[in-house]
Amino acid sequence: MRIVVPVKHVPDIHSNRQFSADGRVARGADEGTLNELDENAIEAALQLVEALGEEGRAASEVVALTVGPVEADAALRKAYQLGVDSAVRLTDDALAGSDVFGTAAAIAAAVRTLAQTGPVDLVITGMAALDGLGSVVPALLSAELELPQLTLASRLSVADGQVEIDRDLDGVTETLTAPLPAVVSVTDHVNTPRYPNFKLIMAARSKEIVAWDLAAVGLAAGTVGEAGARARVVSSAPRPPREPAELVVDKGEGGRALADYLIRNDLV
Amino acid sequence: MADPRGARSVLVLLDTPAEGLRSPALELLTLARTLGPTTAVALSDPSSETLSDLSAHGVDRVLVADLGTLDPSVVHLTPVAAEALEVALVAAGADVVLLSSSFVNREVAARLARATRSGLVLDVAEVSEATEAGGLVGSKRVFAGSWDVSCAVTTPVAVFTVRPNAVVPAVAAEPSEVQVERFAVSPGPAATAASLVARVQHEAPPGGAGRPALAEAAYVVAGGRGTLGDFGPVEDLADALGAAVGATRDAVDEGWVGHDAQIGQTGVTIAPRVYIGAGISGAPHHRGGMQASGVIIAVNNDPDSPIFEIADFGVVGDLADVLPQAAEEIRRHKG
Repeated sequence: MRIVVPVKHVPDIHSNRQFSADGRVARGADEGTLNELDENAIEAALQLVEALGEEGRAASEVVALTVGPVEADAALRKAYQLGVDSAVRLTDDALAGSDVFGTAAAIAAAVRTLAQTGPVDLVITGMAALDGLGSVVPALLSAELELPQLTLASRLSVADGQVEIDRDLDGVTETLTAPLPAVVSVTDHVNTPRYPNFKLIMAARSKEIVAWDLAAVGLAAGTVGEAGARARVVSSAPRPPREPAELVVDKGEGGRALADYLIRNDLV
Repeated sequence: MADPRGARSVLVLLDTPAEGLRSPALELLTLARTLGPTTAVALSDPSSETLSDLSAHGVDRVLVADLGTLDPSVVHLTPVAAEALEVALVAAGADVVLLSSSFVNREVAARLARATRSGLVLDVAEVSEATEAGGLVGSKRVFAGSWDVSCAVTTPVAVFTVRPNAVVPAVAAEPSEVQVERFAVSPGPAATAASLVARVQHEAPPGGAGRPALAEAAYVVAGGRGTLGDFGPVEDLADALGAAVGATRDAVDEGWVGHDAQIGQTGVTIAPRVYIGAGISGAPHHRGGMQASGVIIAVNNDPDSPIFEIADFGVVGDLADVLPQAAEEIRRHKG
């Protein structure tokens, strides 16, 4: 089984995230990390391969793929630590400023290029990137690749050339199935990502990262990046910090104080 | 006096037209009216209550999907919904499409925008005409509510998903005559490549029947690890306020409350008028899902909990004492 896992290099959720002057998410070289939810996608791919027989495992490959600048190698190194077999980075100046459509087109082009060296059975992504939180790239990737879309999986299984998922939406649980190949996104409930072991951490440092540019994946520059974007940031500003909270220490009247706060602010 | 109307032609996707419209759909119709004449789209047959709501909100016409011999459940497949909306967009000649923000609707919006080469802005709180650029601008909060950002759409057609509770729903100054028209939807093979094996409606929203859905509730009371598994006080206060019940990921993972209740970056993102967090420390993942709330109230016995940093009002104390007393006081006030 050959599985491609698109991953994203994002600002650490604990860091001071901000926009740059040109209206893009500011990405520092040292504080970026592998998008946490992508670890669930890598784990799901590894588990599917590990469930195969010895022969199947030997013929399998899990490829981590990222679109981004050289700094995004940090995310691919982390993917290697978790146990992926190979890693590809698509880097091109023309990709800067890509919106979700440009991003999906670039990932799709890289997946098609990977498919030239052997069929790709599954593309597994995380459910969202913790910077943008749009959650739409998996659906757009499915549209670009013209493959079935199975998003937000909280359970995932593959058997007899079919993939089946469960997904929990607001008030409803759905079960979906599709023939391989397919695009799947997984939630953080699908599994618990493993911790990298020492051997893999050491090995990850020297593993090869294949670098492609747009020409290598057969994509024209005008379709991605700022040139292809259909919306642009016109203003971005940090919100003023909240006033410090009005704090009450409960000495038997805390509940009444809470109710009083709601009442005097016309909130009930 | 008639409502002021913009010059746009607006298409609004109705959630749950068959069961009746809930607040997010009414909020979309309220916003749509400020932009221009509105056409609603129903992927299943609208109920009579839905039609009277559309009239009250000044909607001119509703386009109802005709699926022919297809199983009606195919509309739950996002590629099918997106294709249907594309047909409706052309039929209505609209240049703005509004959907409520949910995981499914964001995917529908993205697929529609891709297929029609339209600009897309997700999770906006406001949509307005840009004065200079000429396009529409969507504004929203990002990075767990710490930044405001506005995005201008540069294409002729703009698609927005609007987060619930961002707009106060209000009926139009004058009701309208709603024309009902059917349009044929015949999804291509790619749209139905994934098929729905089962679709099970959960029995009740988190915390039980009669409570509002978490994503769209104006009041939310949430519990975390500090509840020690007893959501009784959380539910009691929620009932006093008519609030939805929410939870942290910890509380969901412990099995204290169902997955539907999870607030956070990977659960439900909420922005109610009032959020009350009890026994919640305020980890980044949770904050990312609730920080855009109007008023934030925290109850925690640890005065150093990070949630107090983003709260407007806080009680340092045991939630098992504070919540029931607050509930009793609110019930007394409401009479």
